[in-house]
Amino acid sequence: MKEISELNLPDDIRYAQDHEWARLEGDKVRVGLDDYAQDQLGDIVFVELPQIGDRFKKGEEFATVESVKAVCECYLPVSGEIMAVNTALEEAPELVNKDPYGDGWFVDVKPDDTSEMDSLMSNVDCLEKLKGAE
Amino acid sequence: MKESLGVTGGATGLILNEPLLWEKGKKGRLGFSLPRRDVDSFPLDEKLAGEGPDFPDLSEVDVVRHYTRLAQWNFGVDTGMYPLGSCTMKYNPKTNERQASLPGFAGAHPLMPARLSQGALQMMFALEQYLSEITGMDATTLQPAAGAHGELTGMLLIHAFHEKGGGARSKIIVPDTAHGTNPASAALCGYRPVPVASNDKGILSVEAISEVMDEDTAGIMVTNPNTLGLFEENIRAIADIIHGKGGQVYCDGANLNAVMGVVKMGELGVDVMQLNLHKTFSTPHGGGGPGSGPVCVKKHLEPFLPVPRVIEEKGSYILSEGYPESIGKVQAFHGAFGVMTKAYSYIRTMGPENLKKASQLAVLNANYVKERLKGTLHLPYDRPCMHECVFSDKNQEAKKIATLDMAKRLMDYGFHPPTVYFPLVVHGAIMVEPTETECKEDLDLFIEAFKAIAREAQENPDLLHEAPKSCKVRRLDEVTAARKPCLAG
Amino acid sequence: MRYLPHTTEDVAAMLEVVGADDLDGLFSTIPGDCRLKGHLDLPEALTEWELNDHMEGLSKDIAASPAYKIFMGAGSYDHFVPASVSYLLGRSEFVTSYTPYQPEMSQGTLQAIYEYQSLAARLLGMEVATASHYDGAAALAEALLMAVRVTKKKRVAMSSLIHPLYRRVVRTYFEPTGYEVTELGYLQNGTTDLSDLDDMDDLAAVAVQSPNFFGCIEDLKTIGEKAHEKKALLVASFTEALSYGLLKSPGSQGADIVAGEGQSLGIPRSFGGPALGMLASSKKYMRSLPGRLVGLTKDLDGKRGFVLTLATREQHIRREKATSNICTNNSLCALAAAMYMASVGGTGIRELARLNHDKAEYLKRELKKKGCNIPFESATFNEFVVEFPGALEGDYNRLLEKKIVAGLPLAPYYPELANHLLLCVTETRTREEMDALVREVRQ
Repeated sequence: MKEISELNLPDDIRYAQDHEWARLEGDKVRVGLDDYAQDQLGDIVFVELPQIGDRFKKGEEFATVESVKAVCECYLPVSGEIMAVNTALEEAPELVNKDPYGDGWFVDVKPDDTSEMDSLMSNVDCLEKLKGAE
Repeated sequence: MKESLGVTGGATGLILNEPLLWEKGKKGRLGFSLPRRDVDSFPLDEKLAGEGPDFPDLSEVDVVRHYTRLAQWNFGVDTGMYPLGSCTMKYNPKTNERQASLPGFAGAHPLMPARLSQGALQMMFALEQYLSEITGMDATTLQPAAGAHGELTGMLLIHAFHEKGGGARSKIIVPDTAHGTNPASAALCGYRPVPVASNDKGILSVEAISEVMDEDTAGIMVTNPNTLGLFEENIRAIADIIHGKGGQVYCDGANLNAVMGVVKMGELGVDVMQLNLHKTFSTPHGGGGPGSGPVCVKKHLEPFLPVPRVIEEKGSYILSEGYPESIGKVQAFHGAFGVMTKAYSYIRTMGPENLKKASQLAVLNANYVKERLKGTLHLPYDRPCMHECVFSDKNQEAKKIATLDMAKRLMDYGFHPPTVYFPLVVHGAIMVEPTETECKEDLDLFIEAFKAIAREAQENPDLLHEAPKSCKVRRLDEVTAARKPCLAG
Repeated sequence: MRYLPHTTEDVAAMLEVVGADDLDGLFSTIPGDCRLKGHLDLPEALTEWELNDHMEGLSKDIAASPAYKIFMGAGSYDHFVPASVSYLLGRSEFVTSYTPYQPEMSQGTLQAIYEYQSLAARLLGMEVATASHYDGAAALAEALLMAVRVTKKKRVAMSSLIHPLYRRVVRTYFEPTGYEVTELGYLQNGTTDLSDLDDMDDLAAVAVQSPNFFGCIEDLKTIGEKAHEKKALLVASFTEALSYGLLKSPGSQGADIVAGEGQSLGIPRSFGGPALGMLASSKKYMRSLPGRLVGLTKDLDGKRGFVLTLATREQHIRREKATSNICTNNSLCALAAAMYMASVGGTGIRELARLNHDKAEYLKRELKKKGCNIPFESATFNEFVVEFPGALEGDYNRLLEKKIVAGLPLAPYYPELANHLLLCVTETRTREEMDALVREVRQ
């Protein structure tokens, strides 16, 4: 597993407490799982994603991620409607490990209120939080 | 004393490559003696007849060689020490097998009139009584098929009790050291598990239970001794708190091997508990089952037990459905009778004194291993243990050796690894339960093996990372098996 | 005592290492008020030879084949088990090993169970079969809970011609869940009446047994179509696994989940247990399946091997969110079934199933000639319902005195069939035995 200094936490996205990330892309928010979470889980074997059209409130469980020996529930960082789902993860769940911020994305959300992004952490805050927990 | 240990091999056979059944055989071969046809053929509607399953055709020789070779790749209790914590892998007496295969037992149909099944009913009745006596409870059902099945039955009994008492409850207290089957069984019954942490002594505290117990909580599921191998010292006070708010105390009896003849659970405030005949009572594990999970209850839960019940009437035994408040049935027939026969034989063979002796020696063995290994492996709770003890991989962390690596290396030394990564409250948990049937010499060999492995971890950690080397296969790709499951050929 | 190897010297040496004075001292952490103050009131230990006598006495006090000719099935069947299967099942490496969580040391069990899963899937015509459940009844209950999970609907409909004891188990499992269980009646021809389905909504599953409890073969294809119209799953149940050696498999008829009893496949009756719950489904429901699954994989050297897989469904990882609470299953019984299926083979199972069918048809014909009534005209496999011309009790008891068990009286299960019996004929009953039964029927 990576040392904290080895983690990749890009500065153009926001991070939730449970290590989901959110990136505002025009009128939608793309969501995924950050580098820390994928590293902790190890080789990901299965991702269960919602359907297009499903609605969730901020903080509601919207997906699960499985490694061989563990299951991780994922909570949506912003309220909204699911517009797109990364179906590539069905055949290649390992994309979450290889490219968590790119090809390993989970869903696109049509946000109810983009100001919800403000309460998420910046990469600096996220790093501080991880260091503090050590 | 045997000479230097060296690497003795975990599991090897003489023939190491044996194809799958359908990769063998030839159409038209038969491994079965077809019974004589003494009637005419009768037509069957074409629309109903199928082609029959696509099974391979094998000769008897094919089949016998196949399974003989497969058997050689397995390690069982008969091969060597199997110190799996919470599994009680004690020796499986061979006389038990003989008894279970007696023709009357093996050939008995479960729905025969009771007067023609007296031998079976007599045995079940007696076994119920023995188990009630050993646990200090009032009544027993033999119907559940395994420990988890017994847990579910216990939950259903508690559920029925509360329904009758005028109020279904929605939660149940489950300690953080509980076996996964506990919350799973509770959930099947509609209960939300409320977690409670053990204290720094590794046991439940009265305060922690008081804090969460209320009138919407059905009760508690407590394992005693718990999965850290420690006796729940506060259990009587905890039972009082639970009862005080109208709840019921469920005890997971998987670890009963520590306390037969030493403690009666019924005297500690337990209302309902399950036993595992395939653990405490020596019936074999069979590579994953079958087991048997009888449930013992106090009088107030007796009316809810599954039916039919075996009762004695004028010197003979009958099966009675006369229990209107029964939860119903958890298996079609009477339970795992073939397993019960083995447990019954074990209890009749041991007698009361040897059952107690078995518990005492199980506890002695575990404490002996604990004392002799605690310098080598980190011992999170340095206190007297019961029939099992729990170490962690803390001492090996610096060399990047995990519990998994040590477990795999143990195979090369000819031992089955202990239970690993459970309970969850200990990092890299290593749970060792030798059982009473291991002799001192074999315990010493096990201890020496672990010490050798700890030395290897310091001096040559690759030996552990590459382990096992002397089994049928090396470490397996579990990631691909989960990503792209191939479950049938 | 031969299972307790410690000598007095061993105990003394070990107590010294541990730091306890005596064996009692090992229990110092147990509070005084928890300690047992007496002894266990159990019978004194028997020698091996006394145990043999005692158990033989009990065994003889049970009416079983071959002394009794038992024409009864109803979920527990008399079939020949080859000596080779009993012999192989006694191999202690299979018997005394644990669940294969350490796969490198358990490739024997793992390959054998993978083979069982494959043969079970082929028998039932399904894509995936699990590594076993407790019995056909528990498997059915789990299958219905699975259907509820998969469809997210709250009601199941089950045929009243599913084994009455299986239905009881389903109701017991469903009692605390809040999900509804409705029963479908039956038609004059001895098959399930689907008409009530029309009014049912929110159905997760329609469950039917085939051959059903009366021995009649159900039209699974039509029932499946009806179920799917209602956006429900077809759950096909069975008690006599051997029937699929002859009949169209449930999978080929559109079943989504199949759950039944495998005891006929090489497992002795043993007063009803241990049994073999078989469960299978389409691959698309794989991650919702309860119970263990063995999967194919490779090791570090690229060699083929087997592991338990998809474990995140199970209780030891998923805890209260698991697909079931099952831990110990009936693995050795599954192994017996695999050995039996391997021994009988594809050609043999066809012959054997045919023989079962034909023997039952022979008895049916002879009983009809003697004036018995066969109330249900649907085709049957090796069980059928019959009404004797005279009063049931007289004939039944007279036959019993001659050590012939003329089936299962149906009165306790179907009061409307109080004068009827459920008869079963397998390959173990001879023509002479059947003729002897027929002879005793009073016209």
